[in-house]
Amino acid sequence: MYLTQEEESILEGEHGPTLKKAMEIISTLGDIYGADSLIPVKSAQIAGVSYKTIGDAGLEWISDLEGKVVVPSILNPAGMDLERWQEMGVDAEFASRQASIIEAYHSLGVRCECTCTPYHIDKELAAFGDHLAWSESSAISYANSVIGARTNREGGPSALSAALIGKTANYGYHLDENRVPTIGFEVDCKLTGADYGALGCLAGAEVGSGVPMFRLRSKPHDTELKALGAAMAASGAVALYHVEGVTPESGQQEFPDETIIIERRQIDDVFDEGCGNEPDLVALGCPHYSASELEEAARLLEDHTPTKEVWVCTSRRVRDANPGLVRRIEDSGAKVFVDTCMVVSPATDRFRCVLTDSGKAFKYIPNLCGVGARIAHINECLAGEDSD
Amino acid sequence: MPTSTNVWQERIAIRTLKGRSISRGQAEGEALVTTQSISFLGSIDPDTGVVVEKGHELEGKDVTGKVLVFPSGKGSTVGSYVMYQLKKNGTAPAAVINRSAEPIVAVGAIISDIPMVDCTEPDAIDTIRTGDRVRVDGTLGAVDIL
Repeated sequence: MYLTQEEESILEGEHGPTLKKAMEIISTLGDIYGADSLIPVKSAQIAGVSYKTIGDAGLEWISDLEGKVVVPSILNPAGMDLERWQEMGVDAEFASRQASIIEAYHSLGVRCECTCTPYHIDKELAAFGDHLAWSESSAISYANSVIGARTNREGGPSALSAALIGKTANYGYHLDENRVPTIGFEVDCKLTGADYGALGCLAGAEVGSGVPMFRLRSKPHDTELKALGAAMAASGAVALYHVEGVTPESGQQEFPDETIIIERRQIDDVFDEGCGNEPDLVALGCPHYSASELEEAARLLEDHTPTKEVWVCTSRRVRDANPGLVRRIEDSGAKVFVDTCMVVSPATDRFRCVLTDSGKAFKYIPNLCGVGARIAHINECLAGEDSD
Repeated sequence: MPTSTNVWQERIAIRTLKGRSISRGQAEGEALVTTQSISFLGSIDPDTGVVVEKGHELEGKDVTGKVLVFPSGKGSTVGSYVMYQLKKNGTAPAAVINRSAEPIVAVGAIISDIPMVDCTEPDAIDTIRTGDRVRVDGTLGAVDIL
């Protein structure tokens, strides 16, 4: 791979050990994947934040780094609400380690806003055609597919390296030829809400790391596209998809010859899978809810007193911008948690069966939390509660 | 014994394996070879360096100070950080040789200062035997069987 003189000097250690390591990571990944050169990135989104996932090993590595990021950089969800962790049932030792991780990122100049939906809080982070180094799988899918920006599935260290150098290697989804759909999906029924997450569970398992293109009978909202992409990134490794007539690059792409038909019955079957026992936690907001999704939850919780625990996960920024919606949700007894989610927090582990409106959470909770999960539409998630 | 003479000649003839640099630096150690992929998260105990994955060819073997030869990484991306923890604990392999590097082990080797080489000619897994004394030059992408 071609490196400029300045990039070479960073690789030789002339700008210190942290940047040397960062450049080694980026250039080696570039060599492995056959990149021709490095390209500047607009922003970085860094995974490897929850103490539950990275442990002491990750904390040590991040703490040992020095320097400052040179492009806007933001974090993935942490293992707890950074303020209300006790209410979540997180223990003090975990909280202390989690705080150390956040502090280590903060000292590197990373914005310590912990969210899987950076696009809901800052439009400057990604626009059509921008090159990015993002590492949360659902955010990657949204950036590539719904925004039309370009990012590979970066790991935590490679995204942080890109943030420190301001560049990433030019391969994979940065290149036009890898953004062409590889398989078509025709859905022969109308879809709404959690149907998109269920579709994502089915399609992701079929397509693996390919690029699916969808032909749909209904026109999805951005939040439904968010749910579709998140589920495909969990059940498969999908980083980019197109929806005919909807997503920004779909007009430049031909619908693939190889096509799979998805029927209503298959979507419905996904809703029948999972834990059979009575759910003891309702967890919404995977990926983090937008203001419009908070609004819907608030409407459905009006005049309800939930009989089981209800968590609604969102970003701190969206929560703070919508105090009225948050009050309406919390007046019902439900809790709005920020900085974290049901998938990366150890607080989920004490439940038996989680009911969620998210295809991604439905796929991940059993493996990452050792807890059963079931997917349902949001009105069903919040129905069946005592009305007063 | 003509057969053993041939084997001896063949071993002499391929003492140096040429590969690709993945993580810089030089190290020497005893080879530990497996034909199975390794996930550093969950498969190796970071405190002892012992492979704990049930049913793995290397189950019960200690990777500490070894030149670890395996086809490729697998599993969670947290594996990169586990390699760093092995290094901090003094239980890391001295060097890594892969048939084909993937990002988890490549990034783990780089952040941990563990020399690493892949794509050797001839193939490392076919050529190096557990117990061989091996020198790895991660900067040049070369492997010497001593």
